[in-house]
Amino acid sequence: MDRAILSGNEAIARGAYEAGVKVASAYPGTPSTEILENVINYREIDASWAPNEKVALEVAIGASFGGARALACMKHVGVNVAADPLFTLSYTGVRGGLVLVVADDPEMHSSQNEQDSRNYAKFAKIPMLEPADSEECKEFTRLAFDLSEKFDTPVMLRSVTRISHGKSIVTLGERVDNLPAPALVKDAAKLVMLPGNARVRHPKVEERIVNLSDWAVTATINRSEMRSVELGVICSGVVYQYVREILPQASILKLGMVHPLPHDLIRDFASKVKTLLVIEELDPFIEEQVKAMGLPVIGKALFSLCGELSPGRIHSVLEQGGLLPKSVIAPIAAEKLPPRPPNMCPGCSHRGVFYLLNRLNAYVTGDIGCYTLGFLPPLNAMDTCVCMGASISTASGIVRSLPREEQQRVVAVIGDSTFMHTGVNSLMEMAWNQSPATVLILDNSITAMTGRQETPASGFTLNGDPAPKINIAELCRALGIKNVVTVDPYDLVATRAVLEAEMQRPEPSVIITNRPCCLIKGECRFEKGKILAVDQNKCTGCKACLRLGCPAIEWQPSSDGKKGKTYIDPLLCTGCTVCQQLCKFDAIN
Amino acid sequence: MNDKVTNILLVGVGGQGTLLASEILSETFMLAGFDVKKSEIHGMSQRGGSVVSHVRFGRQVASPTVPEGEGDVLFGFELLEAYRYLPLLHAGAKVVVNDYRIPPPSVLLGQEVYPDDLADRIRSRFPDFLLVDGLHLATDAGNPKAANTVLLGAVSKRLEIAEEHWLAALKKMVPAKALEVNIRAFQMGRAL
Repeated sequence: MDRAILSGNEAIARGAYEAGVKVASAYPGTPSTEILENVINYREIDASWAPNEKVALEVAIGASFGGARALACMKHVGVNVAADPLFTLSYTGVRGGLVLVVADDPEMHSSQNEQDSRNYAKFAKIPMLEPADSEECKEFTRLAFDLSEKFDTPVMLRSVTRISHGKSIVTLGERVDNLPAPALVKDAAKLVMLPGNARVRHPKVEERIVNLSDWAVTATINRSEMRSVELGVICSGVVYQYVREILPQASILKLGMVHPLPHDLIRDFASKVKTLLVIEELDPFIEEQVKAMGLPVIGKALFSLCGELSPGRIHSVLEQGGLLPKSVIAPIAAEKLPPRPPNMCPGCSHRGVFYLLNRLNAYVTGDIGCYTLGFLPPLNAMDTCVCMGASISTASGIVRSLPREEQQRVVAVIGDSTFMHTGVNSLMEMAWNQSPATVLILDNSITAMTGRQETPASGFTLNGDPAPKINIAELCRALGIKNVVTVDPYDLVATRAVLEAEMQRPEPSVIITNRPCCLIKGECRFEKGKILAVDQNKCTGCKACLRLGCPAIEWQPSSDGKKGKTYIDPLLCTGCTVCQQLCKFDAIN
Repeated sequence: MNDKVTNILLVGVGGQGTLLASEILSETFMLAGFDVKKSEIHGMSQRGGSVVSHVRFGRQVASPTVPEGEGDVLFGFELLEAYRYLPLLHAGAKVVVNDYRIPPPSVLLGQEVYPDDLADRIRSRFPDFLLVDGLHLATDAGNPKAANTVLLGAVSKRLEIAEEHWLAALKKMVPAKALEVNIRAFQMGRAL
């Protein structure tokens, strides 16, 4: 058997291939993005990006209704967008197996919240599997499709950042080839969710979860590992690995299925150990259910509801709780060092725009993407950021609460991919209700933050094939926005003039910037300009160029007590000329 | 083969190539017959932020992340980042760092100073410390872009894995046209 080191995401893609999946759809979102990017390595699967997670899940639902096995992938907050179809899909059930992969991000490495998706499985009354390494990612994906068809249910597979972006060894298998051929079959009572039909389906959902609970007791993915009876730990996913690391002698009930729970297995395990612990990240999801069974258990009384766990964090909590002896080694205290937060790239087309928004004292309702970094100093030009698409609708709401002179300061900033995701609906509202705010669409021709994925307006599909390209300006006009201006964000004078004019206008307007992301490779969509240098004789050390926060521009203090000067790193400069336009002394050329 | 798991941390600045280096390490350990796990963060921190990859190998590895204070080897791509992550190591750990500085935003803006004695400070705490002029050596090997491979060679010398597995992993992970330069860079690092 072939073995390979795969990330959790690569292994889920492999599992989908081996399970005979025919259709896969997703919207990119860290830490889930690489699943679909790896699915395209398997030509047997029709894989594509959708404009948002709701659409992605509905594409998968359609494929399932056609009789094919279908996969949808998203990050945790994406499930909020896809929740509408998800909850009714629970009632219809499936024809071909359907698996929804959700990648949670405890610790918020790259997210705006750390909601615990296990609650969705309980809420929607569907099973959820949680793998603990890449091998399980692949095997559980395969199993999820079997379960989906066996119990006529969508199945959620939950990953977390440490699983999706962790790698471990996987044994590769073959693709199943005995699945029934997809075909149209009329089954309105099951698939048309009108009240009359839905009332018949709901009891089946309740019955299904009981049957799944019975299955969970015998399932080998839920296993009890008996070692010392002093301490028993119930855990799942990556936390299982941490517990093995920190408590090698403890007995463990490892749950591969986190919803529904195997009650008899839990009761049996609890009866065999003297102290029962649940160790889980985020919510007391398992703990509360174990408590509801009437079993004495320790969980969030010790462990935090916030952030991710790690071997070290579990160790120190158990130390403080008296369940582990105090360690003798005192850790080296971390000292204060210059921090290194993420930053927009040198040459990023967003930088000059945020500089201007700061100078114009705009109140910026922001959105989700690289440009959220416009919040950071020295640009300091973002005032709100809630969720995908919210920039436009919150701007629309905020102007309605303000007097006219304050309304003029409100600018919504959104990227092209986020605009396509849910910003379009928001702009529809703004146009319809004539909210006097300015919308700035930073069109860099790509979904940049997640690693450069195509969008409906970039002209290519997930596979890199040419595709129809939505004209964003025409779309805005079609929605009813009369004032639509396109501007080159590298031209500060022109961009400033457009911003000032549109901000003063007492009706909705849209400004679109048109420079591609400087990291786009392949089709030469981004071109470097002439690399710039600071003339050390002309530089007066006024620091105007430093206000851009460009990683290529460095302050060089003088050693002889005189004023310092700036320096441009020629390896980082892309020649965007934005700093050159800020220099009043003609020192950058 | 004993049960001890070896813990390696690769630290640097987003975009420096820590990911590829950690892939080559993992591949090597798998080829040498070990269980391997690795963990890293993608996404937001890629944008010029501080990054850390964990690679662990042994007969059987549980956690994909290195337990705090148990790092055996630190593979630093940048001095300040190497220094930042020293608390993850145990007292006898081996440290290999590229002699390369990337000023963080506060230093670029002139608000803070990039400490100039980091190498000495690392050496005083970790006697098994090697500072590598990766860029210079890689240029000698034929391409300044192979600096990470020089570092990899130096790290390889500090791990008990046969050279054949390193070379096989390089052959698998490095594009064919860059292989010769990278093998030369690797050997130069290994000779340090």
